Amino acid sequence: MSAHSHVDGHLPHEPEKATLEGRNKILGFWLFLGGETVLFGTLFSVYLALRDQVLDGKPAHELFSLPLTALATLLLLTSSLTSVFAVHALHKLDNKALIKWLVVTVLLGIAFLILEIYEFYHYVHEGHGFTTSAFSSSFYTLVGFHGAHVAFGIVWISMIIRQLSKKGLTVVTAPKVYVAGMYWHFIDVVWVFIFTVVYLMGKVV
Amino acid sequence: MSHTHTVKRYSGLMDWLTTVDHKKIGILYLLAGGFFFLVGGLEALLIRVQLWKPLNDFVGADTYNELITMHGTTMIFLAAMPLLFALMNAVIPLQIGARDVAFPFLNSLGFWTFFFGGVLLNISWFTGGAPDAGWTSYVPLAGTTYSANHGVDYYVLGLQIAGIGTLIGGINFLATIINMRAPGMTFMRMPMFTWAIFITSALILFAFPALTVGLVALMFDRIFSANFFNPSGGGNMVLWEHIFWIFGHPEVYILILPAFGIISEVISTFSRKRLFGYSSMVFATMLIGFLGFMVWAHHMFTTGLGPIANALFSIATMLIAVPTGIKIFNWIFTMWGGSIKFTSANLFAVGFIPTFVMGGVTGVMLAAAPADFQYHDSYFVVAHFHYVIVGGLVFGIFAGLHYWWPKMFGRILNETLGKWTFWTFFIGFHMTFFVQHFLGLMGMPRRIWTYLDGLGFNEMNLISTIGAVLMGVGTILFLLNAISASFKPKNAGNDPWEDGRTLEWTIPSPAPEYNFKQTPLVRGYDAFWKEKMDGHKGMTPAEPIGPIHMPSPSILPFFMSIGLFIAGFGFMYARNWGHIGPLNTGYTVAVIGLLITLGCMALRSIKDDHGFHIEVHELDDKGGKA
Amino acid sequence: MMNRWQLGKRLAPLMAMMMLVLAACGREDLSALNPQGPVAEEQFGLMKLAITIMSLVVIIVFALTFYVIIRYRRRKGDNKVPKQVEGNHKLEIIWTVIPIILLVILGVPTVQSVFNLSKDYSNDPDAVQVIVTSHQYWWEFEYPQYGIKTAQEMIIPAGKTISISTKSADVKHSFWIPALAGKIDSNAASNENKMYFSAPKTGVYLGKCAELCGPSHGLMDFKVKSVDSASFDRWVAAIQEPVALPSDPAVAAAFESKCLSCHAVGDKGGPAFPNLTGIGSRASVGGILVNTDDPEYSNEGSVYDNLYRWIKDPEAVKPGNLMSDAYDLTEQELQGISQYLSELTLEYE
Repeated sequence: MSAHSHVDGHLPHEPEKATLEGRNKILGFWLFLGGETVLFGTLFSVYLALRDQVLDGKPAHELFSLPLTALATLLLLTSSLTSVFAVHALHKLDNKALIKWLVVTVLLGIAFLILEIYEFYHYVHEGHGFTTSAFSSSFYTLVGFHGAHVAFGIVWISMIIRQLSKKGLTVVTAPKVYVAGMYWHFIDVVWVFIFTVVYLMGKVV
Repeated sequence: MSHTHTVKRYSGLMDWLTTVDHKKIGILYLLAGGFFFLVGGLEALLIRVQLWKPLNDFVGADTYNELITMHGTTMIFLAAMPLLFALMNAVIPLQIGARDVAFPFLNSLGFWTFFFGGVLLNISWFTGGAPDAGWTSYVPLAGTTYSANHGVDYYVLGLQIAGIGTLIGGINFLATIINMRAPGMTFMRMPMFTWAIFITSALILFAFPALTVGLVALMFDRIFSANFFNPSGGGNMVLWEHIFWIFGHPEVYILILPAFGIISEVISTFSRKRLFGYSSMVFATMLIGFLGFMVWAHHMFTTGLGPIANALFSIATMLIAVPTGIKIFNWIFTMWGGSIKFTSANLFAVGFIPTFVMGGVTGVMLAAAPADFQYHDSYFVVAHFHYVIVGGLVFGIFAGLHYWWPKMFGRILNETLGKWTFWTFFIGFHMTFFVQHFLGLMGMPRRIWTYLDGLGFNEMNLISTIGAVLMGVGTILFLLNAISASFKPKNAGNDPWEDGRTLEWTIPSPAPEYNFKQTPLVRGYDAFWKEKMDGHKGMTPAEPIGPIHMPSPSILPFFMSIGLFIAGFGFMYARNWGHIGPLNTGYTVAVIGLLITLGCMALRSIKDDHGFHIEVHELDDKGGKA
Repeated sequence: MMNRWQLGKRLAPLMAMMMLVLAACGREDLSALNPQGPVAEEQFGLMKLAITIMSLVVIIVFALTFYVIIRYRRRKGDNKVPKQVEGNHKLEIIWTVIPIILLVILGVPTVQSVFNLSKDYSNDPDAVQVIVTSHQYWWEFEYPQYGIKTAQEMIIPAGKTISISTKSADVKHSFWIPALAGKIDSNAASNENKMYFSAPKTGVYLGKCAELCGPSHGLMDFKVKSVDSASFDRWVAAIQEPVALPSDPAVAAAFESKCLSCHAVGDKGGPAFPNLTGIGSRASVGGILVNTDDPEYSNEGSVYDNLYRWIKDPEAVKPGNLMSDAYDLTEQELQGISQYLSELTLEYE
């Protein structure tokens, strides 16, 4: 079933959808993202319910630094763009370009994470720790879950890069790339909501 | 094209530990779910023994709260849902003409995570206390201040792990039903059971993540001192109720919709008539699923949400009665004008109808918020939900098991024992729960360890206990039936009920490893019945005979689940296990567990599974022209 | 095969249960089916409306089901294939529209009642304000208008609206007096709830905790005692009078050091645990040891016996309560304190 879809030894256009397994994986992943949407939606609701319970900690508008957040946003959004270029390369069946763009995506993702780790470290020293208040617990859980998703994505895409360089672009590796791209877009969209609901709204006194 | 990779085939225990075959996974779910049903049933009997007379001290108050918590949690998450998954796995690919589900590996992972989550939860009985804050685990009672031992930790982590399995299953069946139907099977030609599972899977997908977040928050509060629900940290205890019930209400529709599907199949088959009002049934099921997300706060009428919320949720809840009523009448009119045979399966299906309606109408009564101020948290509610869950779901499961047993095992369950099972369980059920409506209205709250004498509760509690024993007898009779059937020869035919209407009855019993030698061509609703009425013996194939590609077995799901199981212990006991050098022992164990799981995931990603082929000469009989 | 006998077997238990319906109205001081106040009456009215409509549905479904399974059962040797019916539009419309109409009939009074029962009497000068604080496993009642704090027994003037505000000192509980009104939860911290009720007839009404709150959840009973206005005024005055300590100095010393660190009598002692002023006049000790000179059940006894039993071993009476293992008393101290408390009565009726 899986490796039979070579036509004259060439890969078909949209290789990720050339097999039933590939199509199943893509559909299954869309469904999974539906569930993830509910997951983050619930986390956002929890955050919104508890964000005013600051207790002795620093309130949001004193804590957050928009320039830092804007830089992080730039990095992540750009990495989403580069993942689009990667999928482009996938459809052009260009493995080298595909790998290149995936590497750039990963690097941008790592830069985002480093900024976020620095940001959390800074907050803890400002007296905004995980156990400080309901606001802080829900903040770290929401933003931290997102960060964990970014970290997982970085490891995942790195593994795919390795597989692409060893096995090449096939109807087996193609769906992996496509699905990882979907994942990366999703966490980018979630970040847009975090940026708005947590940071921008947090700056409103 | 031939393939030269080695075919890995296991036998015996290894076969079962590594299987990715939906039919075997269905049997695993049946065994595990059946086992937990017995555990939950034993807990129920202990509860009823404690309550048979006033001021009884058969068990202590602490133990009693553990019993009610574990009874509810076990029955819902570890018995009812897995038994439904057993039938889903056994039947759905067959009903849609597919050879397996979309993600066989994930199917296995779903089973093992459920299994280890369930084991983790039940280990709490032996390690210092089971959870005792109710299956709803309200805070602050479930927080560390008021539940200092590890009971609630087992609840949180056991359910979290088991819940992963359910979510995976939901995604799997959605993708399977969307992508893998046989040629000619449009959505509106799918059997009703398939539709029911399709909508149920969507409910699972959208409801379980809310539970995930709730459990994470409670876990963080308990294990990492977060402040989600801790009032002194700014947390909000009502928030837990919202999160829990946004999951919890769709959950009960997840429980009942598959039963509705089973009833549709069984009644239709044993009336020799097609389902009355198929399109309305589909639409009504969708409506119930959708409305199910709109009504969660009817569990919170007394929490103090205010009159506007209470009024809105009352009306929304009442509305669900309309599509449900449509289904009841459609079943009755399916039987109208039919030729009804009362096999054991059909006894359960027909017994379901009046019983579930009784449960449904008390649901409408509960929906009226001001009246609910009296009913809530009393035995009236206990009566209501047992009527719909036991009288609805469990009757449905018994019906489905009797009906599909030959397809799963190649043997028909004994009909006489089946009838005895039905009558003892049916009568026992009504005895147990009908009186509880009155107990609640007369002032008996729920979840009470004992009650005072002279309040008028004594006789009805005694009746209720006797009924429970009778239900136990019925369950044992079913067990005996299942066990004795396993000694009979596997000689059921393709279509043992002789009136099969759907695709699963076109293949041998039990189904061969590859399900269909040739994928069938579906020419209408009730695909097999249509062929029968047109004078054909079987289905027209949609493809020529060829080698059949099968997914490879794998031990990874088993180890991934063990990894999570170990991690659960590590997190729970982090505050008790001290340090090894600079490292907290518990967290270290947790990390090791998670690394096992993540490592298996990485292995799965790196090593490509090309599956194997069953060659033509290995297939049974001759097959037909495509 | 279904036959008449099996049909009867199905109906008989059902009929028997129906008889129970008529018989089981329940106790006047405890049953929601026997309302003794306007709020419970309004709720019972809604229940009756709902059950009437639902009984109609049940009867129709049962009748159709029984008819169908008898009339269309497969006779021996019958191998006919019945006519396959896809559906019937008219029928489907009927059984969609009629339920909707029934729901409207139920829904309108429901919404009216929701708003009616949510009226806030906390600023009404005619209402008696009572702040209910729930604890594991006892009920605290504070009357801010009179500066009174008591526990376990809420004395109220008959006929007057009682405006309740609930909160919890620990976990979630639920305040329920079935004969008088439906329940309202008591939440911790800021989620205070309000409800109201009244008791036109004098008498003692049984209250229950209705939210799982720990091992002694089922033993967290309280009482609401409705008395005429004059008695109520006398009670308000009597409970505020100064209370003497035990006459025996040894008992007084034990009482002060071991009891008044947590409890209060009159103006002495601590506020965190049940106020003991007038405990000798209450209907029960610890909520469930019923005071009577003619004990019938194992939880009943004289005031002195109940107090003795409770103080000697509270854990045996209410597992998990906070008084267990909190103090040590000699037998003399135990007897003396029990005697003293049993004589701590209030004359108001």
